[in-house]
This record gives sequence, C-alpha cells and structure tokens, in this order.
Amino acid sequence: MSETRCVALTVNGEHREAETPVRQHLADFLRGTLGLTGTHVGCEHGVCGACTVLVDGHAVRACLMLAVQAAGHEVTTVEGLSLADGTLHPLQQAFCDHHGLQCGFCTPGMLITLVEFLAEHPAPSEEEVRVAISGNVCRCTGYDSIVAAALAAARALRGDAA
Amino acid sequence: MKPAGFAYHDPQTVAEAVALLGRLENARLLAGGQSLMPMLAMRVAFPDHLIDLNRVEGLDGITMDQGVLRVGAMTRQRSIERSATIREACPLMTEALTHVGHLQTRNRGTIGGSLCHLDPSAELVTVAAALDATIEVAGPEGQRDVAIADFPLGFMTPALAPEEMVVAIRIPLWPREHGYSFMEFARRHGDYAIVSAATLLVLDSAGRIARASLTLGGVGAAPLRVTTAETALVGEAPTPALFRAAAACCEGIEAMEDPQAPAWYRRRLAAVLSRRALERAWARATGEAA
Repeated sequence: MSETRCVALTVNGEHREAETPVRQHLADFLRGTLGLTGTHVGCEHGVCGACTVLVDGHAVRACLMLAVQAAGHEVTTVEGLSLADGTLHPLQQAFCDHHGLQCGFCTPGMLITLVEFLAEHPAPSEEEVRVAISGNVCRCTGYDSIVAAALAAARALRGDAA
Repeated sequence: MKPAGFAYHDPQTVAEAVALLGRLENARLLAGGQSLMPMLAMRVAFPDHLIDLNRVEGLDGITMDQGVLRVGAMTRQRSIERSATIREACPLMTEALTHVGHLQTRNRGTIGGSLCHLDPSAELVTVAAALDATIEVAGPEGQRDVAIADFPLGFMTPALAPEEMVVAIRIPLWPREHGYSFMEFARRHGDYAIVSAATLLVLDSAGRIARASLTLGGVGAAPLRVTTAETALVGEAPTPALFRAAAACCEGIEAMEDPQAPAWYRRRLAAVLSRRALERAWARATGEAA
C-alpha cells in the first residue's frame, strides 16, 4: 500500500508541488518533503499542538490533516511569519523579549495559534489568551512568559506604546 | 504514530461518496479528521479505504427555513461557533461549542463528524438530543430522516448502514425568548466532559414553565433525556426549590463507570450541573442573565 499523489499547494506564498504518499500527514510533508522543519512534530495524534500551521488562515493541527488534503490550499508555517529581510513578526519579537521560548519545541505551534487568535482578538484578556493556547502543550511549563509575550505582542500589533 | 496504508478517495458529490461506500470493503469516511486521524495514527482504526468528504460539494452551510435550522454535515465547528444566525436562534449550540476541543480542532472538526463518531461525552450530540434534532442520511436508495433519539444504536455506533452517510442535521427552533444553558465538568478545558447538562426552558405569560428540556451527556452510551425532570418542571412556577427537586431526578439515573469517574460521581455531577443549568436557563428566560 504505497499509493502516492502529486500535491500542488501554496506554502508561505510560494507555489509548491511534490509527490506524497496518501497516508502522509501534512506536518511530515512540510518537514520531510519540502524541508520546512520549523513545524514541529510532537505527539502525532492531535494533543500537543506543536505542529499547528495556518491553512487558508486558520490554525489547524498538521498531524491531523493528510498532505493530499492540502492540495489547492494556502499553508503558512512559522517560516512564513518573519519578513524576507529577517525582521521578526511582532509575536516572535515579543517571545524573545519576554522569554517566551525555553526549549523552543512548542514555540512554532504557539506562534501560529496566536497569529490567528490575535487577528480576531486584538485586545485579549489574560484569561482569553490562556484559553486560546489551551490546545498547545509547553512541557517546560513556561506558560506565564508565553502569556506575557502574547499580551505584549497584542499591544505592539495594536500600535500601543509598550 | 503513522497511519497504516490505505487507498485514498476524494469524491466530489454525495452520490459518488455513497457509491464508493457501497462498492468498497472496509471503508471509512473522513470528515474533519479530529477523531479519525488520531485513531488511524494509533492504529485503533485500520480501514483499507479512506473516503475523504472534504471535497464533496454542498455538504456545508447553515440555513434557516420556517423555524427549522439546517446545518450541513461538513460545516466546521468553528463556523457554527461564529455563526450569528445560530447565536441568535439556537444559542445553546453556540455555548456548547466553546467547550469542544480547542481553536485548532474546531477549525477542522465538523458537526457531522461529531455526530457519527458519537462519543458518549460529545457536546454536539448532547445538544442535538436536547433539541430533538433530525439527522438526514443519504444512501443508495435516496435520503431518509433519523430522529436523534434513534440515532445511537450503542456505544459509539450510529444507526447507519455501511453504505449510508449523514448529510445534515435539522433542528426545530425554540421560541425566541427561551432560556438555555450548557454546562459541563471536564478535567481540563477542551477535554471531553465527564458529565454535561444541556437545558432549555420556555415560560408562559404567567411566568410558569411551559416547556422544558433537560439532557445529560457522558452518563451512558447515548445522551440521556431526563424526562422525569422535564415532567416535574412543566406547569410549575420556577423557584430554586423546584429546580433542586427536578435536578434530584438525576440522582436515580443509571450512569456508566470508567477510569475517569465512578458511577456515583457521575450521578452527583449530573444533579449539580442540572440544577445550575436550570437556574441559568431560568435567569436567561426572564432576561436577568445574558
């Protein structure tokens, strides 16, 4: 059983086409086939949130989607957040400033989840941020600094002075 | 944690999907994938054929016609959560959805998937039972309706033939001024509930209860309508004592036992959550709570 299909999709604004086994999930496809290893693979059964990517602007678990299902869709990974000149996305900058990374394993999933959340909730409460990242597990348990970073990023994105 | 091999099919129409179901042995339908994909990864499910419904046309959407809400099977949980139509006409469903999984899973998960996976604690199944929903099922002979009360055959087993699939759910709406509440207890936010309670109340012009619905999730294989409590409520003037008495009906129910919680604990949760949900629904029916 090694059925494969050619998948054409947009990843971080670029058209990509590649062959994939039909049973391969999107996270393995992004990492192994397209070489975008920023998306992390943790539990591979939809619990940890490390593999979160945006599909058509919505945060989804890339381990719970087959690569073939992404054909024709637009995927954004953590590599797509910063600008071409290396300038970090305000969320990434806030994670640096507020020690929101410890081992860094959960970081891509946290960032991607928060990108969608902050776009919809530009001025969230701390409680709302905690619920928003409830589907992302940080095993360093550095949640306080992640929440602080998210709130700082929200202020930066709104254009408020820090 | 990789799925075993399978043949992949992505039909474009319901007719094609039904034809594939009829033709293929050991096939599974893939909706939002938020339950089936983990089951494939953990190899507790190993279909030879996966029939992906994500490219089937006409299976998603929210429409309202003559007091009946219709939600297509492939409508994402997140679309329902954010629908102004549903928040206005069927707020019980909006409230229940805030307890379903997480942002990332609601972005993919579908109402039809939740109904057919039929987890005993699934919020959307409990809500469907509370609202007396009808399930629209397509098969080789055409379409048929199944009442939600007849839909669960047993533990995680919907009343569907192997060549049938769910295409939509229809919900008869309650009067605009009804009160409602969905409450649950789970170990962590986003987990399946150990017990949930869904309730709806309508008051008559004299302030008495004209209609009541109380449903428990997580106590057995299927949602449990607590009809004894409903009967005890209708025709009465709402008071905290009445709600306490009605909720006490839950102390006599049969409840399942699992490693998460013993039966006595579920019965106690059921009574407490029912009383609180009834009080909240009453406050909403009178306009005292948002």
